[in-house]
Amino acid sequence: MRFRPIATGRLLRWTPLLTLLALVVAGCAENYPQTTLEPRGDFARMVDNVFMVTVRWAILVFVLVEGALVVAIIKFRGKPDDPEPKQIHGSSVLEVVWTVIPAIILVMVAIPTIKTIFETAKEPVDALVVEVIGHQWWWEFHYPEYGITTANEMYVPLGRTIDLRMVSDDVVHSFWVPQFAAKRDVFPNRETRIWFNTEVAGVFPGQCAEFCGIQHGRMGFRVVSAEAPEFDLWVAGMSAATEPVPVEGDSLALAGQQLFLTKACIGCHTFNAADPPPGRIGPNLANIGSRTMIAAGMLENTDENMAMWIRDPQSYKEGSLMVIAGEITVAESEALVAYLRAQQVVGPPTVAADIQ
Amino acid sequence: MATSAVEHAAPHAPAAHPKTGLWSWLTTVDHKRIGIMYGVSAFVLFMLGGFEALLLRIQLGSADNTFLSPDVYNQLFTMHGTTMIFLGVMPLSAMFFNFMIPLQIGARDVAFPRLNAFSYWVFLVGAILLNVSFVFNAAPNAGWFGYANLTETQYSPGLNTDFWVIGLQILGVASLAAAVNFFVTIINMRAPGMRMLRMPMFVWMSFITQILLLLAFPVITVALVFLMVDRYFGANFFQPAANGDPMLWQHLFWIFGHPEVYILILPPFGIVSEILPVFSRKPLFGYAAMVFSGAFIAVLGFGVWSHHMFATGMGPIADASFGLLTMLIAIPTGVKIFNWIGTIWGGSLQMKTPMYFALGFIAMFIIGGLSGIMHAAVPADLQQTDTYFIVAHFHYVLFGGSVFALMAGAYYWMPKMFGFMLSESIGKVQFWLMFIGFNLTFFPMHFLGLNGMPRRVYTYPEGLGFEFWNLIETAGSMLLGFSFLVFIWNIWKSKRSGEVAPADPWDGATLEWSIPSPPQEFNFGEIPTVDARDPLWERKRVEGRPLPEPPQVSGDDIHLPNPSVKPLIAAIGIGVFFTGFLLGNPWPIPASLTINLPVVLIGFALTAYGIFSWAFEPAE
Repeated sequence: MRFRPIATGRLLRWTPLLTLLALVVAGCAENYPQTTLEPRGDFARMVDNVFMVTVRWAILVFVLVEGALVVAIIKFRGKPDDPEPKQIHGSSVLEVVWTVIPAIILVMVAIPTIKTIFETAKEPVDALVVEVIGHQWWWEFHYPEYGITTANEMYVPLGRTIDLRMVSDDVVHSFWVPQFAAKRDVFPNRETRIWFNTEVAGVFPGQCAEFCGIQHGRMGFRVVSAEAPEFDLWVAGMSAATEPVPVEGDSLALAGQQLFLTKACIGCHTFNAADPPPGRIGPNLANIGSRTMIAAGMLENTDENMAMWIRDPQSYKEGSLMVIAGEITVAESEALVAYLRAQQVVGPPTVAADIQ
Repeated sequence: MATSAVEHAAPHAPAAHPKTGLWSWLTTVDHKRIGIMYGVSAFVLFMLGGFEALLLRIQLGSADNTFLSPDVYNQLFTMHGTTMIFLGVMPLSAMFFNFMIPLQIGARDVAFPRLNAFSYWVFLVGAILLNVSFVFNAAPNAGWFGYANLTETQYSPGLNTDFWVIGLQILGVASLAAAVNFFVTIINMRAPGMRMLRMPMFVWMSFITQILLLLAFPVITVALVFLMVDRYFGANFFQPAANGDPMLWQHLFWIFGHPEVYILILPPFGIVSEILPVFSRKPLFGYAAMVFSGAFIAVLGFGVWSHHMFATGMGPIADASFGLLTMLIAIPTGVKIFNWIGTIWGGSLQMKTPMYFALGFIAMFIIGGLSGIMHAAVPADLQQTDTYFIVAHFHYVLFGGSVFALMAGAYYWMPKMFGFMLSESIGKVQFWLMFIGFNLTFFPMHFLGLNGMPRRVYTYPEGLGFEFWNLIETAGSMLLGFSFLVFIWNIWKSKRSGEVAPADPWDGATLEWSIPSPPQEFNFGEIPTVDARDPLWERKRVEGRPLPEPPQVSGDDIHLPNPSVKPLIAAIGIGVFFTGFLLGNPWPIPASLTINLPVVLIGFALTAYGIFSWAFEPAE
């Protein structure tokens, strides 16, 4: 070991830190479409500003206090036979100092906090009201202004403020679409509200944030932020959707249409977005063919996924309230997929899923 | 006054109490043996809770994983939380309450030795009942917080929630009985001269903890009674359809739940405040400030519960008030941290294993404290609540805080408890494994939470970017789990071939180091008189260091309470009573009755018998 260059030893000492740095860099390279750190609307931005204030103070305090700790550990390391150190019992001056300084820092955090609490609580004006109904384990969206009902994919017009009025059909859920708005719980016996607007067009993921039973983990949704013309087109299409889109001439889809009745899908689902009949406890399926996701924002809306989901929803989402009467064969599922795929009152969103 | 339980009731010389054998443990009323039973049970349950966590981590190691089914995942995360809080950290603190409080205040036992045994047995019954649920694949699955109305029969029809409600009720009895006992012990049993402001800091923090227990547990008891009445007798406390309110549960739960957080952290604060001065060879900095900041934290702890509920939309006034009150807690907490640093500053640091863990505690607790302030900034919390950021936060205070401190306490006090020294080298290896494993497991959770990963999800889809850090965390958790095997190995190896512990291996400052290791049954041959805050250091200053090894005393003239099996009988009765709530009605009539009345009555009778015969049992 005589000839080992000293530099190697020095480098080795830094291995843990370098590893950590490499990890952080690798972690930052990931895409986080559900992140809270890239606000794309006023609500999320106001929240982010407060967050950044707390982060800056936290980092400062962290460095100072952990620094003092580390310095003390290095500087005052003693040996067993060292003389007894000076016996100090405390210092009133220091007690006052380290009570007052944190208090001042807290005031610096409290001011933007209180300001933002009241700003975000203001009633939005000229907003588009969307009623949100939480279900085990999917989301229903109702637009009273247009009389439209849809599920798991909320279209919003770019830039306009959205005023959410939320209630749950069963247990407590929490509505969360991180890039636009923060969380708001959804209760079965009271209306809760939150508002947001969007600054960019795109498809953004959101998710239930309050534990709500076996499938809490797969209770997602999408917010489609669309330019005004595209949004209007969607509204027009959905407003006219009172009947299933006809599938004449497509024998496979026609077979699917038949199966939709005989397999009792019709008992829970409807394609009527404008005036859904009562008692349909499953998600509204109007425009299902054009949605980006199925199974409450969890599976990409491909033919394979849809067929798999129809055949056996319980295998992907155990405990889901979607039960299949009897058995659905592969051929039957393909027919049903053809029928459902044809249910497009407007095309899929033209904006790609947002990737920051 | 203030000497020992024994002088109150000891007219004649004691019979020789059996010292070995199962029966001696089942009937013991010795606070030290009860402490050891708490410790062993709690450590086993803590390892079980850790094992549950490792299964959860494996499931989350990759996207759309199917290692655990969603229901099993939900059972495991519920039981992980419930176990770590009620069956792990709380009883590990109780181990130190039991073993160390009487020794530190110079007493021969606690105020009510049989009640003490009763507390332990009730705790054990509750712990067993909760975990028996796994046998029926019906472990609690609605979260440790059991939010209504998910816990109502309509949404949780199985036995899962019944096990949870009943388990927690039983554990509540144990905690309340123990809290009364230690409250009275600390008030009444201190050695002559040990004024309140001369008590060791661990005793002080434990004392405040007992007050918190006494005030917080009745609240959860009431909430659980509401839920039981809803579930068993069709009431509507939390049924929205009948104008019941799920929000009521949240308020009641967190009025208990937030003080509970301080119940988990104050005793560890005390442990660290004992260790830092001893290994810095310098008194605790700012003793009075430490006492009052602890008390202030406890008082404020009852005024901040709604910060767990910012997302419920309570309105700006309530949000602002609870946010500000929560920020206020940072001040006394900061005072504590600064005083700890003040304690080691200028000291002569002896870097033994307990000191490693105590310093690790400070370093990690600072991080948890800072993320705590972020949650007090209400708007920021609206993004963070119910995400992995919160999971990171409370593991930094509960694991980086409480568990590191409990581990420090174990290395510090186990020589006293068992009479052998733990290996320093293995101890330091364990510290570094635990420190690195802990940070690998929990630090990335900050990133995941801020980047949109909600908590309590059994899986996550691809495409949200959660895979990388989750995999790192899973790897870290394995290292963390492994570090506890190293601890067990250390105990095993040190017990066989470790050094014999002298009475005072660390140059201690408090009374427990003035008697042999392990202590004799009666603790002190002669009740000490205290005239200073660090009584043993004072004595050493007068008599010179090191003190001669204290002799074993015959203790023939010292009267100790008799062993009794009555506490165990009463505890079993409570177990039987509540088991009746888990078994269905054996008779067809009345059809609406959903409990097993005969079993409930037998349990009631057993408890009544246990308590009455204990009341009239001769105490000596």
